[in-house]
Amino acid sequence: MTTAAATAEPAAVTRRPATMAQALGRALRDAMAADPDVHVLGEDVGTLGGVFRVTDGLAKEFGDDRCTDTPLAEAGILGAAVGMAMYGLRPVVEMQFDAFAYPAFEQLLSHVAKMRNRTGGAMPMPITIRVPYGGGIGGVEHHSDSSEAYYMATPGLHVVAPATVADAYGLLRASIASDDPVVFLEPKRLYWSKADWSPERPEAVEPIGRAVVRRTGRSATLITYGPSLPVCLEAAEAARAEGWDLEVLDLRGLVPFDEETVFASVRRTGRAVVVHESSGFGGPGGEIAARIGERCFHHLEAPVLRVTGFDIPYPAPMLEQHHLPGVDRILDAVARLQWEADWTPGKAGN
Amino acid sequence: MTVLEQPGSYHPVPPPAWRPRVDPAPLLPDAEPHRVLGTPAAAAADPDLLRRLHAQLVLGRRYNAQATALTKQGRLAVYPSSTGQEACEIAAAAVLEERDWLFPSYRDTLAAVARGLDPVEALTLLRGDRHTGYDARKHRIAPLCTPLATQLPHAVGLAHAARLKGDDVVALAMVGDGGTSEGDFHEALNFAAVWQAPVVFLVQNNGFAISVPLAKQTAAPSLAHKAVGYGMPGRLVDGNDAVAVHEVLGEAVRRARSGGGPTLVEAVTYRMEAHTNADDATRYREDDEVEEWRGHDPIALLEREMRSAGLLDDDTSRSAQEAAEAMASDLRERMNEDPVLDPMDLFAHVYAERTVQLRDQAEQLRAELEAAAEAGEENR
Repeated sequence: MTTAAATAEPAAVTRRPATMAQALGRALRDAMAADPDVHVLGEDVGTLGGVFRVTDGLAKEFGDDRCTDTPLAEAGILGAAVGMAMYGLRPVVEMQFDAFAYPAFEQLLSHVAKMRNRTGGAMPMPITIRVPYGGGIGGVEHHSDSSEAYYMATPGLHVVAPATVADAYGLLRASIASDDPVVFLEPKRLYWSKADWSPERPEAVEPIGRAVVRRTGRSATLITYGPSLPVCLEAAEAARAEGWDLEVLDLRGLVPFDEETVFASVRRTGRAVVVHESSGFGGPGGEIAARIGERCFHHLEAPVLRVTGFDIPYPAPMLEQHHLPGVDRILDAVARLQWEADWTPGKAGN
Repeated sequence: MTVLEQPGSYHPVPPPAWRPRVDPAPLLPDAEPHRVLGTPAAAAADPDLLRRLHAQLVLGRRYNAQATALTKQGRLAVYPSSTGQEACEIAAAAVLEERDWLFPSYRDTLAAVARGLDPVEALTLLRGDRHTGYDARKHRIAPLCTPLATQLPHAVGLAHAARLKGDDVVALAMVGDGGTSEGDFHEALNFAAVWQAPVVFLVQNNGFAISVPLAKQTAAPSLAHKAVGYGMPGRLVDGNDAVAVHEVLGEAVRRARSGGGPTLVEAVTYRMEAHTNADDATRYREDDEVEEWRGHDPIALLEREMRSAGLLDDDTSRSAQEAAEAMASDLRERMNEDPVLDPMDLFAHVYAERTVQLRDQAEQLRAELEAAAEAGEENR
C-alpha cells in the first residue's frame, strides 16, 4: 500500500517494511508492556500465536496468564472478559474469525455494550474484541463475513476498522486504551499488506472515531473503511483516465461516526459513493447515505450511491470476486452520479 | 489385507492405555440431598448461626411478601418472588466475606438484601426507574442478571482476575434449574474448572423454569451430576434446610479460597409462588404439589429444630417478626415515594464520552423537555 507514506515522520526514524499483522502484534505487545492490566485471551492465541500469528510471541514474553489459550467457546471467552473487566483488567479478546464471533453475541449485546449504562457508570467495559473479518482470502464458508452492521447497530460499542499498517498499530493502541468496548475489525486480506513503518517510533496514538482523507479530489467522494480502502484508491487512480478526480475518505471505523469530516468532504465535492464489502440492505452504507442526505442535501449534485456486497450469504471462494466491490463496479457507480446535466470538473460545491 | 490389518504398520508403537485423567468418584454428588435439620447432626450446629439464619429467614419471607404486595399497588413493575427459597438466598449471602463477590440472577434480590443491600436499592430495577439500582462495585454485588446464566462467565472471569492479581476473593454465582440448559452455564463451568477459578455455582432447583418442569429441562441424574463432566465436585443439598445449605456452600467457598477450584451446588427447593406476579402457576402445576412443599417450609424446618433444642422461645420469635415488620413498613413507605427522574440521564452512561450523534440527540430531548415545561407553565 502506498497510503502510509502520507503520514509525516521525522527523518531520523528508520522505516522498515512491516505487515499489518506485525503492526497489530506490536501494538498488543506495547500495550501489554505499558499496562500490566492488559490481558490477551482467545483460541490459539498462546503457544501458536493465533491462526494469523498476530499474537506471536506474547505468551512467551508475558506468560500464559497474560496471553491465555482459552477453551473453544466464544461466549465463555467474552463472558469471562466481562468479569475480568469488572475486576479492573483490560482484556483484549481474539475471535478467531468473523463468523466464529456469533456465539458471543449475547454477551456482547446484553453485557459488554450495556454494562456501563446498566451500572450508572460504575462498571465500564474496557474490552477490545479483535475480529479478523471480511473476504478476499479464498476462505471457505463462515470465514469471510463482514459483520460490522450488527455491531454498529448496538449502542454502547465502538466499531473500528484499520486499513493501513500504521493505523493497525495506532488504532489498536487507542482501542485498548479506550474505557469503552471496541469491536476491532481486522481486514483479513490486508494482514499481509506491507508498508514502510517504524515500530521504533510508532505513530502517535490518536483517538478512535476520526476519519481521514487518503486522497484529495474535487469530483466526488468515495467513502470507505477497512478492506475496501485499497480498492477505492485503485479506483480513484483509474478514474483519472475518465476525467474524474476522486477524493477517498477512510472512516477508520463506524462508531463513533466522524460526520464532520464526511460532511465537509461531500459538501466540497457534491457527490458521494459509499463502498463496503458488507451487504447493502441494512448495511453501513444506508446509514451513511441517509445522514449525508439529511445534512448535505443542498450540496448534493446526485443521490448518494452505494457499492457493497450483494444481499446474499457470503459466496463460495471461487465466486467471491463477483460479490466483492471491485474497481469496475465502483467506477460504474461514479459514472451514474448524474454528470450529464451541466457538470464541469470542479463545479460541484462551488 | 488393509493397512489396519497389517500388524504393526498403522501403530508402529502400541497406543498408550487410556485412563481417566481425574478420578470421578470424589466429584460425584451423594444420592440424597444433604440435610442437617431433623438429623442427629443438627445437635452440633452453632446456636448463634441458627439464630442468625432464623432472623434472616423471617425477614426474607416478609420481604418477599412485601415486594409482591408492592406489585399489586403498582409500585413495582414486576417481582419474581423467592418465597420458599429463602434458605438458599440467605445462606448464599452468609457464606461470603465482604471482599467476595455475589452474582445474582433476577430472582435473587433477597440474597443481595441479606448481604446488606438496602431493600429499596435491591428493588429499584424492578420498580423500573433505573437499571441495577445499586452501586455494584461498592457492594460487590454484580448487577441483577436477567438474561439466563449469562452472569456465570462473569463470575468466572472476575474470580480468575482476582486470583491473577493475588487477591483472596471468591465469587458465588446464582442460577436456576432452567438456566442450567443455557450454553453460558456450560461454558462458565468449563472455564472455571480449566482455570481452577475460585467460584461457587449455586443452582437453585426450584422445580420450574416459568412453567417447564425439570423433567423437560434435563435428563441428568441430578443437576449436581453435571459437575463431574467438567472435573469439579457436584454437591446436592436440601435447599430448604438453611443449615445444610450454609454448610455445603461454606465448604465450597473454603475450597475455592484455598485454591481447590470451583464447586457446583444444587439446592433442591421449590418456588412457592408463580414465576412472577404476572404469571399464573395454576396453568402448569397442581395445588397438591404446592401443599406438599408447604410441609417442607424452610422457616418451619428451622423453627422445629430450634424449639426442640430450646433455642427459640416466643420472645425470640416475636422479636424476629417485629424486625421483619419494621423492615417491611420502612420498605413500603420508601417505595411509595415517587422516584425523582431526570430524562437527560438517558444519555449519561452510554459511552465515557458522548458521540456527536448522542450530543445532538440529547439536545433534541432537552429542547422537547423545555418546550413541554413551557407549555405546562402556560396551561397553569
